Amino acid sequence: MSTLIAVLLSLATLFMLGGLIRKARQYRATPAPLKIPVTPAPKTTGGVVVRMAKEVILFASLFRSSKWTWIFGWIFHVSLALAFVRHLRYIIDPDGMFGFMMPVIGSWLVQTGGKYAVFGMVFGLAGLLARRFLVARVRYISAPSDYLMLILILAIAISGFVMSFISHVDIVGVKMFMLGILSFDLQALPEGTALVVHLLLVAVLGFVLPISKLLHIPGVFYAPTRNQVDNPREKRHIADWAKPLDETRGNYPELQPAPEAAEETKA
Amino acid sequence: MADYEVPEVKEYAVVPMPKDDVMKHLNPFVAKPEFQEALNYVGKKEQPDPKEMPKYVLVDGWHDKAIDKMGDLLGKYRSLQVFMDSCVKCGACTDKCHYFLGTQDAKNMPVARQDLLRSVYRRYFTFAGKYFPKLVGAKDLTEEVVDDWYSYFHQCSECRRCAVFCPYGIDTAEVTMAAREIMAHIGKGQKYSNEIIGKVFTIGNNLGLPEKALANVLEGLEEDVEYDIEVPVKFPLDQKGADILLVTPSADFFAEPHIDGLIGYAKVFHATNTSWTLSSVASEAANFGLFIGSYENMQRISMRIREAALQLGVKRIVYGECGHAWRVGYSFLNTLAGPFDFLDQNYPIPQHICEFTLDKLEKGELNIDKSRNDEMTLTFHDSCNVARASGMGNKPGGQFEIPRAVIKAVCNNFVDMEQDTIHDATFCCGGGGGLLTDDLMELRVKGILPRATALKNVVEEGGVTHMAAICAICKSQFTKVLPYYGFTMDQIVSVHQLVSNAIILEGQVDPED
Repeated sequence: MSTLIAVLLSLATLFMLGGLIRKARQYRATPAPLKIPVTPAPKTTGGVVVRMAKEVILFASLFRSSKWTWIFGWIFHVSLALAFVRHLRYIIDPDGMFGFMMPVIGSWLVQTGGKYAVFGMVFGLAGLLARRFLVARVRYISAPSDYLMLILILAIAISGFVMSFISHVDIVGVKMFMLGILSFDLQALPEGTALVVHLLLVAVLGFVLPISKLLHIPGVFYAPTRNQVDNPREKRHIADWAKPLDETRGNYPELQPAPEAAEETKA
Repeated sequence: MADYEVPEVKEYAVVPMPKDDVMKHLNPFVAKPEFQEALNYVGKKEQPDPKEMPKYVLVDGWHDKAIDKMGDLLGKYRSLQVFMDSCVKCGACTDKCHYFLGTQDAKNMPVARQDLLRSVYRRYFTFAGKYFPKLVGAKDLTEEVVDDWYSYFHQCSECRRCAVFCPYGIDTAEVTMAAREIMAHIGKGQKYSNEIIGKVFTIGNNLGLPEKALANVLEGLEEDVEYDIEVPVKFPLDQKGADILLVTPSADFFAEPHIDGLIGYAKVFHATNTSWTLSSVASEAANFGLFIGSYENMQRISMRIREAALQLGVKRIVYGECGHAWRVGYSFLNTLAGPFDFLDQNYPIPQHICEFTLDKLEKGELNIDKSRNDEMTLTFHDSCNVARASGMGNKPGGQFEIPRAVIKAVCNNFVDMEQDTIHDATFCCGGGGGLLTDDLMELRVKGILPRATALKNVVEEGGVTHMAAICAICKSQFTKVLPYYGFTMDQIVSVHQLVSNAIILEGQVDPED
């Protein structure tokens, strides 16, 4: 079992990172030929950084659109972020190159806050799931995968909750197991059904992430509607594929001088 | 008579329950093959019985051509690629579209509209959609799907209201433009937009008003204005060496209340001794290439403005009141037809007429008597393309402040509509994005509902009598459709019509009442 989980986790991590990097590179490589920021938009790069930070950290636009979705969504994401950082202690060797992060990861906010963050996750996910069933408009646009995604993360959160609050696992052993994977020196996974379920579901999440709507994670950074500077009159913006059109754009028949005018020019 | 019901205006905007296929039947006429070909698209005509009307159908091999075109666009537009992937179906946009609010049709919810294209994207371009189509809602591209595309991507006015509220900045306008571009490449171009673009190429403007007719109209206008106020206000055409080239929507040459706006521009130029000219080459500010999502056609139309500016040797370009024209002018003109290094760099290129007029008002160069607009109480409709896709002045949000500042400088009575219906949350007039055509009348009548609701409230509570706009499409749509809701045509005014009313020119003699 230890080997199976180790292999699955490793593959899932590689698949997730590879997939995310591939997608981010695809987004980066695809040009935005026209200036399309949704206005009013910042006129400076600094302004765009602020705009993006408000979107990514505070979900500013969602706050404007739907308070309930914002409450559930924001609480879920913040809790998830806290829980995620808390989990870093399992893969960071205090004496290794990321050891400097330990004071932050070991802090009260991350460790205790991250422990109780599971309630925030469950609250947020349950709310989002309830919306999918209860709001007719949201029900209409939901595909099976939209429900399953929430249920998957909910199950990960609940199995984590079980380990933190009900049936404790040997976390030192878990850390040995994770560091073992990272150093190609496989250690036995401690006992515990919740732990096995938790890790298997996390592996599934890793595989699903880069081939699903969870691509909103890189996507949010690449939306030209939000990340462009509003300076089209001041600065000419042109995509590589559009450059050759500049050469031929004067050749349209209706843009040629009328015959008489051409005669005049000759004379 | 119409076989649909005009929605009832309630006290507050109500979010309806989504209903299936309410508007599935409604789609615009398809462009004939010859109009398609003029724009470098394709078309196919079928007419088995010569006594019956011909049908314009999908071209041979349409399925693969559509998928190829989608792939092409995904590689050319980051917006499309990112927006296809990042939607999480949170539902934030579902109650934001005026067409959903007015029609109840579930597929007029922005995310559902996007999903018409996204489901096909998933099926052909993603792992999950190829192997688990049911799970992720991926769909094969069939003729029925194209029919849905044709209906519902012509029930989006590309107004970007949904994009304001989307946590990922997904702009349905970008998706609609891509879908229309794909359809144009398989024989399903829209007659209204594509014929108009053809007219711009052959004649020079959307209305198909040839140079001589335009000259006559302008001459007539000069006579009318001189008859009215005894001041020889000029409307110059093709005047070489003028300082300013004014590009304005061709509706300004004949439609009401557009033409009163044109008179306003001319009076401002006259009062400030500004040398200006219109052009018969660039006799159209509108650019329907935007509506059909075609970079090439948009560029080809934009090039006429560059050409006119070069031929006439002007120093500046100023745009008249037109919403999407201003989007193309402000956001894209430099990209499509720039660089404009031959123009005077001390002024914005291009400049909006409201920017021009406000500057003159602030400098005190105009003699204004605000009381001449006293019989009116104004409100202002922010046009979607001005509000959410362009700017004015040098501060973000200038597009809201500057037109209002112009109105307030020439009118004493001004009241804004409710906050969630103005500025960047403004509702589309219901006729933008290539939908201002009689074959989509039902959509236009229903889609105006949110704006009609906000207007009714401000009429009842704020005593508003007139609504000003700075967009030719808004003005045309409102004058035609607001009467369905009990308003009158003349309640819609151009912003520069208000300027025209209030301005007093040197030597002006007012007609006796």
